[in-house]
Amino acid sequence: MSTLVAPASGSTSVRRDVPAVEVVNLTKEFRRRDKRAGRFARRRMPALKSVTFAMERGECVAILGQNGSGKSTLVRLLSTLLINDGGEARIFGHDAFRETRQIRQLVNRVSVEASFFKKMSAHENLSYAARFYGMPFSQTRTAIPEILERVGFPADRRGEAMENLSRGMQQKVALARALLTSPVLLLLDEPTTGLDPRSKLEVQEFIREVRGTHDATILLCTHDMSEAEALADRVGLLDRGELLFLEPVEDVKRRYGVETLEQAFFAATGRTFEDEHADDGDDEYREVFGG
Amino acid sequence: MTATGVGSTEPGRSGGAGFAGGGARNLRATLRQELIGLGGIVERNMYLTKRYILWDVAFMVWTIANTLTIVFIARSVHLSPARENELATKLLVGAVIWAFLGIIFEFVTETVAWERWEGTIEYTFMAPLSRSMHLFGQGAFAVLYGLIRATILFFVVAAFIGIHMPHANFAAALALLAIASLSFMGIGMMTSVLPLISPEKGAQLGFVAQGMMLAVSGVYYPVSVMPGWMQAVAKISPATYALRGDRASIVNGAKLAWTDVWPLLIIAGVAIPLGLAIFRRGERYAKQHGKLKRSG
Repeated sequence: MSTLVAPASGSTSVRRDVPAVEVVNLTKEFRRRDKRAGRFARRRMPALKSVTFAMERGECVAILGQNGSGKSTLVRLLSTLLINDGGEARIFGHDAFRETRQIRQLVNRVSVEASFFKKMSAHENLSYAARFYGMPFSQTRTAIPEILERVGFPADRRGEAMENLSRGMQQKVALARALLTSPVLLLLDEPTTGLDPRSKLEVQEFIREVRGTHDATILLCTHDMSEAEALADRVGLLDRGELLFLEPVEDVKRRYGVETLEQAFFAATGRTFEDEHADDGDDEYREVFGG
Repeated sequence: MTATGVGSTEPGRSGGAGFAGGGARNLRATLRQELIGLGGIVERNMYLTKRYILWDVAFMVWTIANTLTIVFIARSVHLSPARENELATKLLVGAVIWAFLGIIFEFVTETVAWERWEGTIEYTFMAPLSRSMHLFGQGAFAVLYGLIRATILFFVVAAFIGIHMPHANFAAALALLAIASLSFMGIGMMTSVLPLISPEKGAQLGFVAQGMMLAVSGVYYPVSVMPGWMQAVAKISPATYALRGDRASIVNGAKLAWTDVWPLLIIAGVAIPLGLAIFRRGERYAKQHGKLKRSG
């Protein structure tokens, strides 16, 4: 059973009669400098093209896609970090773009970059982050050591600056931060990218454990097809902003008459999956802003 | 099993119903959560101060040295000892308020820039903490931290130069500075939006705004020596009233003067809501154009 604690606020309810996530014709585009067309010219770069899907409560859905396919844009839209250009997204019935306060109570995220104050310790980073979700000191005093222990973080390193920790350790703390606030929707954006094989397996095992013990719906964006296959109930493919399919792995294989997800990817896009570079999940931004 | 930790999960009840049904109880819960979040901002800045304490010491030494270079000017103008002491005090007050304002601007204006650099910006902006509490938390820590630094700076330089302040009314000076802090925070909120819109140049533009404000406010000289148009701008700068009132309190022992307080309250009353509104517009722009992104 989960030992996760609840945040202090009780102001956001979770409806059981609606899908956990409901995305309808969701569209997002960015503007990019177009030097060929003039010094101040901009051109529109579609990041998501009319994406539609739904997730049931407690389900784990993996979204696969090459760099720049729109995976991180989707995660950012669902976590209120971007405003849509069209369509809609609802999380447990709440409008993701209008009811942002309610959405933020329900959602948390783990991204490819661990993203911490580097000089601060794991305990300090988790402590202040928990305050933003209304968790007072009396709650975090026990909850933080507990959650760090659950993710396999050594107790004697809780006070050490994050910059001294390995990527794998940092990613465990990122998972702990996300779970500390007991989200009902967990957005995992390349959570194991760049980790060594052992850390990768540990993080995957923890995600599996969370699924088994915590009533969370998980949207997992990953490059790793075997990870998607091992963790998700359904697998989707986002290609150049379009969601080509979203169904159980066996159905995908049957649909394309193939043995593996790699082959299904090739059949669906005409390209091989090996072409991509598994570095981070920000590539649609990099492509748009040239960063 | 603790399911979600986010309250009722009864079938058929919407989030809206959750708010309406709770009424005052939900309002209290939201307020409590906001205050805990505000405390979280202060707590985080305390952790950072602790971790970067040597930077703080170095910056303090630099500020003291810089202030000495200004206050020593009083020694070079060959006045009577009493006039020299008065001039040195006036210059010291100007330098201390400059340093204090600099700290508030640094903290509030760089709310976004720091988080962008550390990479935490997206996590902070997706947390259920209102932007006003976020910015007030940052401002509250800045005021506390700034007051401590300004006090140390003031007394170290005064002792070093040998300034006498027999009539000083420090309580009135401190109270006026606290009142002025509200206006400074409001203006800081306006400029804190700049790094949100322009990740590369925004923070620098904030420093430009700080410098302009002090230049028109008579930081080391009376406002009356400036051109007419600058004197007009000085009227809407909170630093003008903070400098005037604090000089009167420390040099002449004046009490808190209503003529300095009411303009500061009016400027704060306009600057804070305006600052929050500008920040919200900037945040919306950043979310539309994908600028809430880490860098560095």
